[in-house]
Amino acid sequence: MSSPQSKASAANASGSNAPERYYNYAYLDEQTKRMIRRAILKALAIPGYQVPFGSREMPVPYGWGTGGIQLTAAIIGPDDVYKCIDQGADDTTNAVSIRRFFAKVADVAVTEDTAEATIIQTRHRIPEKPLKEGQVLVFQVPQPEPLRGLEPRETETRAMHAYEEYGLQYVSLYESVATYGRIASTVGYPTMIDERYLMSPSPIPKFDNPKLDDNEAILLFGAGREKRIYAVPPHTSVRSLDFEDYPFETQTWEENCALCGAEDSYLDEVVLDDAGERMFVCSDSHYCAERRAAGHVGPMAGHQLAVPEKEPAA
Amino acid sequence: MAYVAVKGGEAAISNAHRWLAEDRRGDPAVPELGADQVREQLSLAVDRVMSEGSCYDRDLAALAVKQARGDLPEAIFLMRAYRTTLPRFGYSQPVETGAMAVRRRISAAFKDIPGGQVLGPTFDYTHRLLDFTLAADGHVPEAAVEAVEAQAYPMATIASVFDQENLLETDLPSGEPVEPFDLTREPMAFPAGRDQRLQALARGDEGFLLSLAYSSQRGWGNTHPLCAEIRLGEVAVEFTPDELGFPIEVGELTLTECHMISTGAAGMETPPQFARGYGLTFGHCERKAMSMAIVDRALRDAEEIENAAPVQDQEFVLYHSDNVEASGFVQHLKLPHYVDFQADLQLIRRLRREWFDREAALKEAAE
Repeated sequence: MSSPQSKASAANASGSNAPERYYNYAYLDEQTKRMIRRAILKALAIPGYQVPFGSREMPVPYGWGTGGIQLTAAIIGPDDVYKCIDQGADDTTNAVSIRRFFAKVADVAVTEDTAEATIIQTRHRIPEKPLKEGQVLVFQVPQPEPLRGLEPRETETRAMHAYEEYGLQYVSLYESVATYGRIASTVGYPTMIDERYLMSPSPIPKFDNPKLDDNEAILLFGAGREKRIYAVPPHTSVRSLDFEDYPFETQTWEENCALCGAEDSYLDEVVLDDAGERMFVCSDSHYCAERRAAGHVGPMAGHQLAVPEKEPAA
Repeated sequence: MAYVAVKGGEAAISNAHRWLAEDRRGDPAVPELGADQVREQLSLAVDRVMSEGSCYDRDLAALAVKQARGDLPEAIFLMRAYRTTLPRFGYSQPVETGAMAVRRRISAAFKDIPGGQVLGPTFDYTHRLLDFTLAADGHVPEAAVEAVEAQAYPMATIASVFDQENLLETDLPSGEPVEPFDLTREPMAFPAGRDQRLQALARGDEGFLLSLAYSSQRGWGNTHPLCAEIRLGEVAVEFTPDELGFPIEVGELTLTECHMISTGAAGMETPPQFARGYGLTFGHCERKAMSMAIVDRALRDAEEIENAAPVQDQEFVLYHSDNVEASGFVQHLKLPHYVDFQADLQLIRRLRREWFDREAALKEAAE
């Protein structure tokens, strides 16, 4: 009974899952993939509706992308080109770890180039470069239920969605206006999909919300721990909730990217010393690199952050 | 520099994992711990990992404990992530704990019951004094004295004791056998059936269930439980392959079973009876089995209670009992959140600016 385990660890030791495969292609067994694909189809057919699915235990912890990984595993094939980002960047540790996982178990080509990728898995961002038809953006979702912060019970929130009973959400936005003078929600800003289902866009900054609307790509959302899949099909209306007198607005910066000078991208703040010195750089690492390669320069171009760490060949 | 340290780090990850392996091994001058030693000498750790890992394999569980450096939730996670890749052939027949080869069986309900009180290997009644002779190795404990009289077999169950008066609700199979709910294949659904609930509790974290059970004893949803029976021993597992059509024995499991009973809410239609809560674990996990039985009992009243205590709230208990889910989600806070934090920073700076502007305006108006 214990013999398969020694094989499994051998697979971990070697660089690839092929040619002698210790786990099924893309890790999950085919029945599980079929179950997930069915859930995806249902999700696409009812935009914004959370489809319960038999989420599996994955070799990474819950909360670290198990939902996104299962979605990717269910749709990936050897011809795909896979990109994985966390906080917009390809070189964040968890993105590196997940990218290596699929390079190994799915023998798939990986890229940092947003345009070149067929599947982009992401945590907390949507790439700056507009997505095209044929691309799939896979979101890792910690909490799929947009109403959870207002109502802890799943039985209640499911009924609220069924009856399209979203008054509580609007009251909460109103309370925010009353307290802060504005809708203070900054990430995971609630959206209405196709004017029917209230949907959590995952913890992306509201800066990214407009990109969800009428997107050419397929947007898939996977929550492994909460065992839900939902989707926004191409060219679907995604509206960020607001009021006539308090319209939805995104984040803006007074600064430009210090490295590439971009004035239209989401910026990360980098603390340079303990005397308040800081710089702002693009959160989307590939967008920034591509701009620099095209000759754009920011006020701190040439800073050491502009030199990416090279990944040794896996 | 902070930014570089958080972003990037293919090399950093590899190095960190090498360091982890080094730390796991500890001082190389000390002989390496064999997985077989873990299996034999840390057997209760192995039992817990099998139980909450939902996979009965002593060797794999021992390996998981070794690999996890003794961190049991981590070992449970390793076990689950391995188990999830295994194909499922079907369901076994329900195991007959009544036919268990009993090593331990006690009841707190009666001074003596058919079959007698059998203490078996237990920490109960030991004095918790550090045994310094264990620190010096080579000590083989004296074998326990064997019973003169053979133990009754099968060992009477607590249900059979109550049968005469019909005092305890029965545990007869309810009608046609239906395919049991499988929490490893289907998401949690509410209201949860008892099969789903017991599965979730069996996989649930021992510490979490222990504290819930304790809270109910202290009055947060009091269930007045009484330990009717605990039994530990071996049972046969039978499986009916499609091509045969009759059950065959495929193996043996060590199980701990616990029945908690309490005076149930008497229905108008049925005569007053004791109701039971049920706990079952792989291996010898007595604390877990008892806690599970108390929580199961508490949840059985859940629908009828208006101001339910935490232990009586299905969604609260079942959604938060899994330590692999809980540990993953709590620890995901270690992942970078600087996009989110940047958004928060912007908001708080803006709110502060407005606050200071307002203060300044007020001050001006006052002067």
